[in-house]
Amino acid sequence: MNMLKKLLTAGSTLAFVLCFNFFLFRAVGDPKQDLARNPKLSKAAQDAIIEQRGLDQSQWIQFKHYVADTLSGDLGRSFVTNRPVVEELIDALPDTLLIVGVATVLASLIGPWIGLHAGWKRGRTQDTLLTQSSVVLYAIPVFWLGMLLIVAFAQAIPLLPTGHATEPGSTAKGMAHAVDIAKHAVLPITTLTLGLLAQYSVNMRSSVVTAMQEDHILTARAIGLPPRTIRRRHILRNALLPVVTVIGLNLGFVLGGAITVEALFSWPGIGTLTMQAIQGKDYPLLQGLFLLSSAMVILMNVATDLIYSRLDPRIRN
Amino acid sequence: MSESSEPRQLLTFTEEQRATAQKILTANRRGPIGRMAPATLSVMRDARGAIGGIILLLFGVMALLAPILAPQDPNAASSFSSEILTGPSAHYWLGTDENGRDVLSQLLLGSQASMLVGLAAAFVSTVIGTAVGIASAWFGGAMDRALSMLDDWFLVLPLIPVAVLAAALLGNRASSVPLGQTGVLIAVIGVFGWAGTSRIVRAEALSLKSRAYVERSRVLGASHLRVIRQQLIPNLLPLVLANSVIYVSLAILTESTLSFLGLGDPNRYSWGGMLESAQSAGALTSGAWTYFLPPGLCIALVVLAFSLVGHAIEHRIDPRLGEQK
Repeated sequence: MNMLKKLLTAGSTLAFVLCFNFFLFRAVGDPKQDLARNPKLSKAAQDAIIEQRGLDQSQWIQFKHYVADTLSGDLGRSFVTNRPVVEELIDALPDTLLIVGVATVLASLIGPWIGLHAGWKRGRTQDTLLTQSSVVLYAIPVFWLGMLLIVAFAQAIPLLPTGHATEPGSTAKGMAHAVDIAKHAVLPITTLTLGLLAQYSVNMRSSVVTAMQEDHILTARAIGLPPRTIRRRHILRNALLPVVTVIGLNLGFVLGGAITVEALFSWPGIGTLTMQAIQGKDYPLLQGLFLLSSAMVILMNVATDLIYSRLDPRIRN
Repeated sequence: MSESSEPRQLLTFTEEQRATAQKILTANRRGPIGRMAPATLSVMRDARGAIGGIILLLFGVMALLAPILAPQDPNAASSFSSEILTGPSAHYWLGTDENGRDVLSQLLLGSQASMLVGLAAAFVSTVIGTAVGIASAWFGGAMDRALSMLDDWFLVLPLIPVAVLAAALLGNRASSVPLGQTGVLIAVIGVFGWAGTSRIVRAEALSLKSRAYVERSRVLGASHLRVIRQQLIPNLLPLVLANSVIYVSLAILTESTLSFLGLGDPNRYSWGGMLESAQSAGALTSGAWTYFLPPGLCIALVVLAFSLVGHAIEHRIDPRLGEQK
């Protein structure tokens, strides 16, 4: 029942995003004029699109065309490359998922680990140090953090490449290709991980502090269980629950952070694509990018709810 | 005699009661700002509030006096020179940019963009969030359901992607918006950030609504608007304030991100925009560290200061929060 309601909310949110995308686009310009701005489209091709999407008809009919096209997976064509937007997105997505995925995994391992130890030593120097540095880290813009890393690890101590996913002109295949990509991914992933880490550790800390006030923890300590066991078996499990939600809900931020990090490192994913779309005023592509990131956030929210109810038996029933 | 003095004695206050009444009366006479002063002091007594407050004061003075303090006007033709991406010197304290202009001047002027967009966007989002939250809690029923759904929708929109899209699209019409692209940034960051506020306000307003004194006002015939204005809003104010001060820090981060992505106001200097120029001009590889370190440091300091002050206010409202954070 609860799950059904969540799915309905997710569905209505997707519908809202769809409407929002349509009307924002219409509110700021006339799509027919935008089409005329596309240098790669012949007059005949423009007329074909106007005909197909009903751009010379009423807003309502345009809206119907737009919804039908979007649902059938047609997001229009890029103004700049003239390729279907869907193809552009599919090409760019794996590269973004690689760095965002690895960074999310790393941050959700390291962040809660820091938070667990800070919360355990609440009020002591170790806690103050860890918590305050998390607070400071949280205030630093992700892209500036990346700039500092570039200067430190690519300029001052030249160890790592600072841009692109592979060496220029590289034709390596198989293992060598993978190593090449991995080397290029180190700095973007580190930047994103640091950007995410702070929030997770602060959240985990407050969650641990709350969990430690529970009676069963006091009992466990009174029995004389080793601190390691109490931390692992009794606190970690309970404290991790709220953090799981934060990690899931944070995907929007991760995608946002990925835009600047990719732009900084010229990493060929949806962030770099976004930059190209902004610079080329490529509205169909921008719309597609927004639709993609919103859809991913909505899906992640549903997934988080599902995982959460698996993890917490109190909610399951 | 004794019979007539009885009621008079009932009306006489003890010294203690008189003192309390006097205190309330003077507090009321001082007005809202006068009543806030002791609260401000106690926020400043919190170490976080004090550090944040001092940083904000410095940056506030910097933003107000920037045009006077700046050694040169970066827009003037005379500011351009052939000394490109130089290090710090007696003439250029923070070196020069890719056009040979003084970096310090741009840094000082950049504080205006961050403060203006951060404060204004937080104000917009607070007003919308508070209005939606109060309406939702006060009127309940269908209104509550509709507004809560709207809230659910906006809460899910990923801020940076939606802000990028809206700022890029609205950027075409920037000339018809007050403050140009800066106005667009304020609107975009303000309009897409209210969902969290309205949720918090709704919860608090619901609990206030059921208090006896609010019910009493309603029963005595006060209109909806009057009760909302006189009972709800004053009591919600501290919570709303804490929340909006924390949102300023997010708004400033978002502004600098959008400026870094090239969506900032081309007519205004901003720290994010400076970092974008520094990066594309190759300041990172040429070692012009005075060009790219200070803007990032300023963003981090201001963001940190606003969140410190916000959390200090939050702590004052509910001391239990501070224990956990």
